[in-house]
Amino acid sequence: MKIVIKNGRVINPATGLDDKLDLVLQDGFIATIDHNIHPKEGDTVIDATGCLVLPGLIDMHVHFREPGREDVETIIGGSQIAAKSGFTSVCTMPNTKPVIDNQALVRFIIMEAAKGPINVFPAATITKGAKGEEISEMGKLVKGGAVAFTDDGRPVMSSIVMRRALEYARMFNVPILSHAEDTLLADEGLMNEGLNSTRLGLKGIPCEAEEVMVSRDILLTRLTGGRLHFCHISSAGSVELIRRAKKDGIKITCETAPHYFSITDDIIEEKMSMAKMNPPVRTEEHRKGIIEGLRDGTIDCIATDHAPHSPSEKMQEMEYAPFGIIGLETAVPLIITELVRNNNFSYIDAFSKVTCNPAAILNLDRGTIAVGAHGDITIINPDKKILIDKNFIKSRCKNTPFMGMELYGSVEYTLCNGKIVYSRV
Amino acid sequence: MNALNRKDLLDIQSLSKDEILLICKTAKYFKDVFTRDIKTVPVLRGKTVCTLFYEPSTRTRLSFELAAKMLSANTINVPVTTSSVVKGESLIDTVRTLEAMKADYIVMRHAASLAPHFLSKNIDASVINGGDGFHAHPTQALLDTYSILEKRETLAGLHIGIIGDIKHSRVARSDLIAFQKLGAKVTLCGPPTLLPDEFKQYGVDMTYNLDELLPELDVVNMLRIQRERQKGSLFPSIREYNLLYALTEERFSKCKSDVIIMHPGPMNRGIEIDDAVADHPNSIINEQVTNGVAVRMAVFYLLAGGAPFQDEEGDISK
Repeated sequence: MKIVIKNGRVINPATGLDDKLDLVLQDGFIATIDHNIHPKEGDTVIDATGCLVLPGLIDMHVHFREPGREDVETIIGGSQIAAKSGFTSVCTMPNTKPVIDNQALVRFIIMEAAKGPINVFPAATITKGAKGEEISEMGKLVKGGAVAFTDDGRPVMSSIVMRRALEYARMFNVPILSHAEDTLLADEGLMNEGLNSTRLGLKGIPCEAEEVMVSRDILLTRLTGGRLHFCHISSAGSVELIRRAKKDGIKITCETAPHYFSITDDIIEEKMSMAKMNPPVRTEEHRKGIIEGLRDGTIDCIATDHAPHSPSEKMQEMEYAPFGIIGLETAVPLIITELVRNNNFSYIDAFSKVTCNPAAILNLDRGTIAVGAHGDITIINPDKKILIDKNFIKSRCKNTPFMGMELYGSVEYTLCNGKIVYSRV
Repeated sequence: MNALNRKDLLDIQSLSKDEILLICKTAKYFKDVFTRDIKTVPVLRGKTVCTLFYEPSTRTRLSFELAAKMLSANTINVPVTTSSVVKGESLIDTVRTLEAMKADYIVMRHAASLAPHFLSKNIDASVINGGDGFHAHPTQALLDTYSILEKRETLAGLHIGIIGDIKHSRVARSDLIAFQKLGAKVTLCGPPTLLPDEFKQYGVDMTYNLDELLPELDVVNMLRIQRERQKGSLFPSIREYNLLYALTEERFSKCKSDVIIMHPGPMNRGIEIDDAVADHPNSIINEQVTNGVAVRMAVFYLLAGGAPFQDEEGDISK
């Protein structure tokens, strides 16, 4: 069975292609790309008039909570939300219960994900039990299907363990994803340290808690020649450190999350625990720094850090509520609204951060539109206004600071491996 | 709605200068009430006031309870250490239980900043903040303002110093806002680890040198120093803190002769303040406690929809 996507504006950041073209998907792959393809009898036709036709989006940082907190989210449930949000590939973080530090658990995720609509690529822990003490069995984990290593949720505080991890992982050509935070300097803070935290009497996390660790990991990468990628960069200072390191030829990459280029800590007083995440959203100066980092390519990727928490966990005093917000469903609208509309990013630039760039970092043969490539396609109407409300958010956890906002950019169809896995209507 | 035009009293920032003065004038009237022989008035008859204190407190809880009782309310104290809270019940469920029992006013003290704000968004009862984390302690600021107004006709032109652990103090945050709204000049003083630069946003003066500051001040408000802060390396020892920031007899001798000495209590005598200063005629520390009850009666009265008294009844300067 063939699917024909007609009349869309095909954008492929991997090649710079931006043209009105039609696509044919067959047997899970892209079979034809051409002007004016005439569908045959029995073909499924998608009319993409007025829409962007993009490579299926890739989110290299999600928390699907399974195993351990299936009450909050599952691998299949999270995959369905990803499909609804335009993502055809995700990389799941290993800070589940138990943590993903052995081959059997990696295989469990892959087996479970096979029943879901999209591609799930698990990350495994850098250290056994994510305790930061001994490196995990990286060889076995890679054989099991792990695409990256991270103790995300916490840093590897020991510099020597981080050094060994970067060295050892070199033989697999798999990246180490660094959660850059000096936890002692963060000192159990709840939000960005600054005017707002002082005024509200909430313990602050200085941006230096991130920047100190970014500096350390840049230097360890220089020392080891390892492959290092920074997760969820939130501060303008980190962007500057990474920019300088890249200029110096140190091979590092990094991601930020949509909230870091969309909101500031001015929102905390109103949204409280719904805007509590780690690292925290910072000030306008940092938000602008993140946007500039995205613009000049210092920041390679946008990943959501999708972190569901149950209503009862979040319906608490801010101090006691856990860190994290959901991010999948608001990602495309925030990219379109904040980057493309408000900051004049081209579609190619904006969407390279969620297609070819993460694919290259995770060594995935995805994130591009080409004959013979996987049939992963996302179709977006960039001009359609949407209201982020309880009807729009289908994730079973609704912990988002964007509730009530009006944004642009509606995911109309998601196709994964040649099949329609989501259609809005 | 009521003269304060709000359901809850959560912080001092949201009160206007006139509203602060209205509360002080009303407090003056209630101080006359409760310092007479028959202390009860029927303002809150048939209403239920719950005091829910998630942090240890004697004077604030008692003060609220007494204020409510003298207004004829039914009062319930929920002792957090023996209630279902220790069984792991969430704040929101605990308070919804109180609401189901038709509590009209919830007075809450909580170690977590913004806990009362969180609560007020999710329940119908009137929430009165009895102190939240490092954030706000509005009734303390009101009673401090009232106590100064009892001694001086106005705060305009006064120079008020707040001394000690500013960083972790909800009293400092609320006091400085109230004092400034009424026209006082405020200077904060403490070691840099307890006096972050971000306080400049309030437009206050800041200094690390108490000896230079003291002779300038009309009012000295000493804060309690928490011994456990030393463990976080915020200052090296109690002894050194005392050396640099205590209001000793010797330092007191350099103050203006009519200086007003205040402390929100409980005091660490001999640490941040000497006995002789705490008990000096210039000290209004005990009067602050008495005024606390009057101010809280005024807050209940106004939130309950009580009409503002005419000036001759409640003019604080008389």
